[in-house]
Amino acid sequence: MSVAAGVAGAVARAVVVRRQILGMFFLLVAASIALLFGFDVSGSTKADFVLNLASAQAISIPDLVVPVRTTAFLLAAISAFLGAVQVARGFGRWSNVVLAIVIGLFIFSFLAWAARDTSLSLVGMLQGTVVRATPLTLGAFSGLLCERSGVINVAIEGQMLMGAFVAAMVTSATSSAALGMLAGMLAGGVIGLILAVFAIRYLVDQIIVGVVLDLFCLGLTGFLYDRLMVPFQATLNSAAVVRPLSIPLLSKIPILGPILFDQNVFVYLLLMLLVVIQVALFQTRWGLRVRAVGEQPRAADTAGIDVLRTRYINVLLGGLVAGLAGSFFTIGAVGQFTKNMTSGRGFISLAAMIAGGWTPLGAFGASLVFGFADALQNFLSVLNVPISSYFLLMAPYIATILVVAGVVGRVRPPANDGKPYVKQ
Amino acid sequence: MSEPIPPKPSQNRVVSVRDVIQRVIAPESTTWNSVLIVVLAFFTALVLSAIFVVGSDPNVIQAPDPLTALNVAWLDISGAYGGLLSGALGNPSTFFSKVGSGNVKVVASAFYPLSETLVAAAPLVFTGLSVALGFRAGLFNIGGEGQVIAGGLAAGFVGFSLHGLTGFVELPLALLAGFVAGALWGFIPGLLKARTGAHEVITTIMLNYVAIYLTYYFLSTKAFQRPGRTDPISKIVDSAAALPSLAGVNLRLHAGVILAVIVAIAVYFLLWRTTLGFEFRAVGANPDASRAAGIGVGRVVVLAMSLAGGLAGLAGANIILGVNYSVSPGFSSSLGFDGITVALLGRGNPAGVVAAALLFGGLRAGAVQMQAATSTPVDLVQVIEALVIMFVAAPTLVREIYHIRAQRSAGAPAVSTGWGS
Repeated sequence: MSVAAGVAGAVARAVVVRRQILGMFFLLVAASIALLFGFDVSGSTKADFVLNLASAQAISIPDLVVPVRTTAFLLAAISAFLGAVQVARGFGRWSNVVLAIVIGLFIFSFLAWAARDTSLSLVGMLQGTVVRATPLTLGAFSGLLCERSGVINVAIEGQMLMGAFVAAMVTSATSSAALGMLAGMLAGGVIGLILAVFAIRYLVDQIIVGVVLDLFCLGLTGFLYDRLMVPFQATLNSAAVVRPLSIPLLSKIPILGPILFDQNVFVYLLLMLLVVIQVALFQTRWGLRVRAVGEQPRAADTAGIDVLRTRYINVLLGGLVAGLAGSFFTIGAVGQFTKNMTSGRGFISLAAMIAGGWTPLGAFGASLVFGFADALQNFLSVLNVPISSYFLLMAPYIATILVVAGVVGRVRPPANDGKPYVKQ
Repeated sequence: MSEPIPPKPSQNRVVSVRDVIQRVIAPESTTWNSVLIVVLAFFTALVLSAIFVVGSDPNVIQAPDPLTALNVAWLDISGAYGGLLSGALGNPSTFFSKVGSGNVKVVASAFYPLSETLVAAAPLVFTGLSVALGFRAGLFNIGGEGQVIAGGLAAGFVGFSLHGLTGFVELPLALLAGFVAGALWGFIPGLLKARTGAHEVITTIMLNYVAIYLTYYFLSTKAFQRPGRTDPISKIVDSAAALPSLAGVNLRLHAGVILAVIVAIAVYFLLWRTTLGFEFRAVGANPDASRAAGIGVGRVVVLAMSLAGGLAGLAGANIILGVNYSVSPGFSSSLGFDGITVALLGRGNPAGVVAAALLFGGLRAGAVQMQAATSTPVDLVQVIEALVIMFVAAPTLVREIYHIRAQRSAGAPAVSTGWGS
């Protein structure tokens, strides 16, 4: 047998093994749904999913009341069916979609079980998901703006912290959220510029500069917090949180209205940036050039594109967007800065960017998954779920690990991501 | 990494102790030029940090005239850095009179800052070695924090659960538990990287947060929580599991400092005198060539991450068994992250790591004193550290600032570039 045939055989076997493992996993999920959430409750137990939000403008619709046990058995049956099909012949390239569906079924039956004999605001949870996904998505946009041009931005966490700090301070001092947001963006931009100079001009390893910049920002914001914000709490660290703005008509749509169109300005900026960056990156001459610089800088240079200038601009843009993401933590959410308040969200953003395949739409989708994991623990701590709240707090981090481990094998970063370019 | 793939060590060559000491003290990469860069980087970082100190002082900004402002600024800077220095090394003007006094307590107080520096440096040696070992294998371990926590939790658990054993048994057991738990916390991202390609920078950071919440969880369980307490704090470690004190009751100096030096030498041996160490460095230098040469790259990645995790776990054990004697949240106090700066400043070699750990240990010990004396927040030290590393990593920048002629540059150890590898 030739080597090539041997390799092909090994690959085919690996595919079969993966197919069967995935199928077994689906069957396992089916069994867990039935055992954990089905047999655990009596047949008459019902869960009440609330689909309205008291504070929202939307037209009110009736609640979704489901029998917990029947729901669990039904969803378990669907998972088992999908698992059986997967083991027998597989879903081919749809495997990951089916995987997502099965996980979704598990989560839904878990929610029904958690909300047994009581009510759970489904819309509230989804709204919380969007709120929590907002800084993550913006952070992921920052990452992909940089990486599409070939510079890795691990400093998102630091840029967020600077943005959060400066936005809180400027908004408190001037009582203008717009000024605060602008200042927060600029603070992120400054860190982006430092990253750019070290990575592009001094050719320092980009991941190292990024991590060291994160430590720098953590130290600096902590230092300035103790020195300025603690003694001058009232004037420097009590910003008004930007109010939600209802969009006329759109906010009246049931379910979708409160989730997307009854939010604060950060969410609308996010939706705008989503469209702008997606179109700019893939439909314009600018985007083509940026991607060329990230994929084949030598060729781009030969074609007359200024590689280093493109990278400087993109890393600066990335810094500004990450600064905006940071502003959200203070003036978009709680109004006050606290030390290390981003607690790893910048790194989760990177994971969202990777899982989203370096595209804005993908990054938004992945961020929603993390946002959901984050919002979930908030809601479950209210219901009496017999899981330690500390494990619920771990959920977004574990979800990140699972997503990065499960999806990265499939996506491809820009070819010259992280590699400095030296003109010859 | 600028150095070529090293020759494979021959198995039968006798290595003299002198040979090793010489290598540890004067590794080939340390040139006067690079020492000069470090000194200048440090100076520049101190100047920049001084600007932050002065710029954030309202008394300077609101001073009635420039002269008063300058005066206040000078008091700020001299107070902060003076406190830093005397907290790290001691006060030279009172040192000799204290030593000459003959009173045990007073003599001890003269050495107190030095003892604190060494105590702060010991865990930094472990986390610095952890990150350095990763660098050598082409891995960037920023999960030191989580590994320190895992190690501290396990070492503490063994330390307060076992009773009636002698120190010769219980202390090694507790240390081993710390190493193993840290290694497990490094094994996970190693395995994920080897099997799925998940980048360790993201997975290790996420595991840090998992470890933090795990600490809170464990400290709420019966097995860990101190009886009669409602706050998250563990039982007290058995005296048989504690690292013995080296300088009496008045100083905190403990045997963990010696352990740190021994482990640094062991890591040097592992990296430059064993086949496994050769494989680590080969994979770090060029994974593709290593794969072609028949080295199991995946195995090396898993082993290197596990060992790195184990080293960081020892830092946690060192803190719990030598300083705190009980587990409480936040005991890792960013040791894992400071390990990154220590490894970078030490240029990824064990002797450099020890030197850098002493330097940053001094900063840490001094910072406590500085905050107590001048209420300058300890976070300033993190700013200084980060700036030092930025400048050390970009020697060209330092040369440009001070107009130094370029020599053959010895840059910081390069890590894998990009997400792909």
